[in-house]
Amino acid sequence: MEQVFANGLYLGAQYALIALGLTLIFALMNVLNFAHGQMYVLGGFITYTVYARLGLPFVVALFASGVTLATVGALIEKFLFRPVIRRSVREESTMLLAAAIAFLLDALILLLFGEKQRGVPKIVKGVFTSDALIMPYDRILVGILAIAFIAAFVLFMQYSKPGRAMRALAQDRVAAQLMGVRVDRYSMIGFALGAMLAGVVGGLLVAITGISSGIGGPISIKAFMMVMIGGAGVVGGAIAGGFILGMLESVGLSALHDYGDITYLVIFAALMVFLSLRPNGLMGKPWG
Amino acid sequence: MSPTKKLAATAAFLASVLVAVPWAIAATGRNDLYYTLTSVALLSIASAGVWLTFYIGRINIGQGAYALIGGYTSAILVVDYGVSFWLTLPIAGLFCAAASVLIGLPILRLRGVYFAMVTLVLTEVARLLALALPITHGASGMVSIPAPGAIRLFGVTLVPDFATLQNPRLAFYIVSVVLMALCYAGLYRLVHSRMGRLCLSLQQNEELASSIGVNIAWLRVVAYAISSFLGGIGGAMFAAIAQSIYPSSFTVTDSVNFMLNCFLGGLGYVFGPMIGTFVLYFGWDFLFQTGEYQLLIYSSLLIALMLFLPNGLLSLRPAAKKRG
Repeated sequence: MEQVFANGLYLGAQYALIALGLTLIFALMNVLNFAHGQMYVLGGFITYTVYARLGLPFVVALFASGVTLATVGALIEKFLFRPVIRRSVREESTMLLAAAIAFLLDALILLLFGEKQRGVPKIVKGVFTSDALIMPYDRILVGILAIAFIAAFVLFMQYSKPGRAMRALAQDRVAAQLMGVRVDRYSMIGFALGAMLAGVVGGLLVAITGISSGIGGPISIKAFMMVMIGGAGVVGGAIAGGFILGMLESVGLSALHDYGDITYLVIFAALMVFLSLRPNGLMGKPWG
Repeated sequence: MSPTKKLAATAAFLASVLVAVPWAIAATGRNDLYYTLTSVALLSIASAGVWLTFYIGRINIGQGAYALIGGYTSAILVVDYGVSFWLTLPIAGLFCAAASVLIGLPILRLRGVYFAMVTLVLTEVARLLALALPITHGASGMVSIPAPGAIRLFGVTLVPDFATLQNPRLAFYIVSVVLMALCYAGLYRLVHSRMGRLCLSLQQNEELASSIGVNIAWLRVVAYAISSFLGGIGGAMFAAIAQSIYPSSFTVTDSVNFMLNCFLGGLGYVFGPMIGTFVLYFGWDFLFQTGEYQLLIYSSLLIALMLFLPNGLLSLRPAAKKRG
């Protein structure tokens, strides 16, 4: 039981970090970032390249992932999303753009890094064992790092000036603009930050599960689910959604083990029922 | 457009797809084009359904689920129960419509991104269901589905048995194109009817529409059911042509593609999804020659299109008119 709980907590911390980036982008720009999973994969491959190929320390690799993805995110916002949002009649047009960017990143990742599953040498060796719990040290480290990142993100959003500006933007774009918030600049920073989070999680997880070019889409779907559980565009909701999904997955895998591979089917069905009762998720604003 | 003009346009379209295209293919000997064109016709039927949900202001990324359900319904009825394919085609559509009413009643209350995400999840649910249910034969799918049989009415053969035909590809092409023409004619009629106007009011402001007495709950369920009906028909026909169906026949990628077809053609135009499907499918096929760069070029083109033509391909036409 404790094992299941610990696994859920570890998964949840990863998931929450992915969902945070997605929900931040959604809150600021009303864009559903289809390419989030691909950004995660890109981050993973960059960490792999820097850490396993170039032999630099893991922290440096993680940093490289974050910086690269932040740059990519900022460029995507400035040169792709901003003009399209400005010119299109219907806001749904951004979804086509996001889907196309997801395809583009998929193609780039495939060309640059190949289709092989990649892993890196363990960052910490050894396994923590007690009566109830068996957990490799690297998982514990990655889990703690993820929670630290979440805490840092929340503090940043709560107390820093850009954080305040972004929260104002999420609340009411026009009002924020009237108060002198530079909307364009903070949209770009927000998008960069969201992309950076995706890249950092990718970098963290490459140390545990490895990375392969095809998993971007499934990761995006998981991220969407977390955001739906918690409520789109709400920081607390994304964190809650991430931990809930992680826990469900962990419990489901152990409890439904005998019935075959139906954990996700059950989770999906439960999600449908939940959303029909509470369309905005746990903490979402009405109608997103 | 005046009625005569409309009639002439329809006749010209039918003549070109039913006579000119087969003639051109026979002349050039490119028989493989039949399969491509048939796929375009069927995918554009499913895309028409997605377009209708866009028309009531919902982003639908779940059409793959209904295409899969339709395909399986038809395949199971044909293989396990020996029902004639032509009978299973409407049954598959109706089954999807019924399922979509059940699913739609709760989820159509959602809007915007929430609806989009739920429908996306729905595609995944359908795939997992197909994997888990015993009736769908799991991951190995259903293969060697018999070709559609003959339709005889009072001893007269209306449609010959596809298995005995010399060129079943041509037969499938004709059937698909006729289905597509029917579907778009129906869609055009629907959009220009009283209900179409009401749907448009839903797209603009649901509360306002509701306050002046539009039954929005009923209307959106009906629109969603029609949309899923089209998805089911498209999927069933696809299974018949491929003579097989797997849980991975329609995945999230297909659902996204249906949506892209609509976007690309233009959400404000009834025939947008048809054009969009045609361009996307042929574009993808054409880029096959570029090998590993196929996806890269394809997605770059999509992005470029979005940057320079954010309201779809058909938005070129009215702009040209205004200038002239």
